[in-house]
Amino acid sequence: MNVRLYVLQRATAALMAPLVLVHVAVIFYATRQGLTAADILSRTRGSVLWASVYGLFVVAVAIHGSIGVRNILAEWSPMSERHAGIFAIILGCCLLALGLRAVAAVTLP
Amino acid sequence: MTEKIAVSLWRGRAQGRYQLYEVQLRENQTVLDVVTFVQRHLDATLAYRFACRVGMCGSCAMTVNGRPRWTCRTHVAKVIDRGRLKIGPLENLPVIKDLATDMAPFFEKWQQAKGAFAPSRTRSDPIERIPPGGAARMAADAAIECINCGICYAACDTVRWNADYLGPAALNRAWSLVNDQRDAGNPARLAAVAASGGCHACHSHQSCQEHCPQALNPTASIAGLKRRTTLAYLRGELKA
Repeated sequence: MNVRLYVLQRATAALMAPLVLVHVAVIFYATRQGLTAADILSRTRGSVLWASVYGLFVVAVAIHGSIGVRNILAEWSPMSERHAGIFAIILGCCLLALGLRAVAAVTLP
Repeated sequence: MTEKIAVSLWRGRAQGRYQLYEVQLRENQTVLDVVTFVQRHLDATLAYRFACRVGMCGSCAMTVNGRPRWTCRTHVAKVIDRGRLKIGPLENLPVIKDLATDMAPFFEKWQQAKGAFAPSRTRSDPIERIPPGGAARMAADAAIECINCGICYAACDTVRWNADYLGPAALNRAWSLVNDQRDAGNPARLAAVAASGGCHACHSHQSCQEHCPQALNPTASIAGLKRRTTLAYLRGELKA
């Protein structure tokens, strides 16, 4: 891992720390208040705030997770660092696409 | 009846086997004494390396009962396990023969990490005064007593997993020079340790400081390099 990947991974970790807390708080709130899917969607659809929070979360996860997987593959598998990097970029793109699709599904009006 | 030690010594190169010898247990005996006894009295073909015998040169490091140690300063009484000693070459380095490893990759990484002093003045310039109590000098001093024994390199999991990783000793050396006010080589040094295989590959397992016979803390030095290179990168002084 070079300094660029290190900075990206640490920066996304710092970003995710409060976002994870928000996410956990939302889960507790939704389950304890007994919100239905319709209740949740009524709050999230058209909301710039929720789209921003979860959109940012997904971007951070895609970057952070793919760098971590790259490092694990480069160290613990026979894969070369270059091939691990290519795999990680593909993984990151998949995570980003799936995550943003999910965010769009609950936030687009 | 005199007590004997069952000593298993690695014989061969990458492929080989442990061979058992019996050596008399003596008071204040070091592991190096045991190996030397075997080579001089039991098997003259045994290959091993030592020089100073007093913990200064860093030549005699071996794996003793599973841990890398400087054998000249390791008393048998402290490491013997149920009357047995198992002594092998250092891990993470190619074996030349028996207990002697090839240290070339270890020292090549010192070169890669720009571990050589790069003078900022010539011999015609006046000698620069460096206050010994200054923060940078104290940071340099904290990392400077390395004897190049390779124990941290042998103990490091990241070295085991990543052949390109520069290793704790080379990075510790780089950190001592980064803090040396007389040195002018930091741009190239920071670029070298910030590249792939540099300080950011460290997982902070701290095996290096756990095993260092000089009680140095290469993990802290590497953390210092991580901070310094991160700042340099954010300021645009480093390209990655």
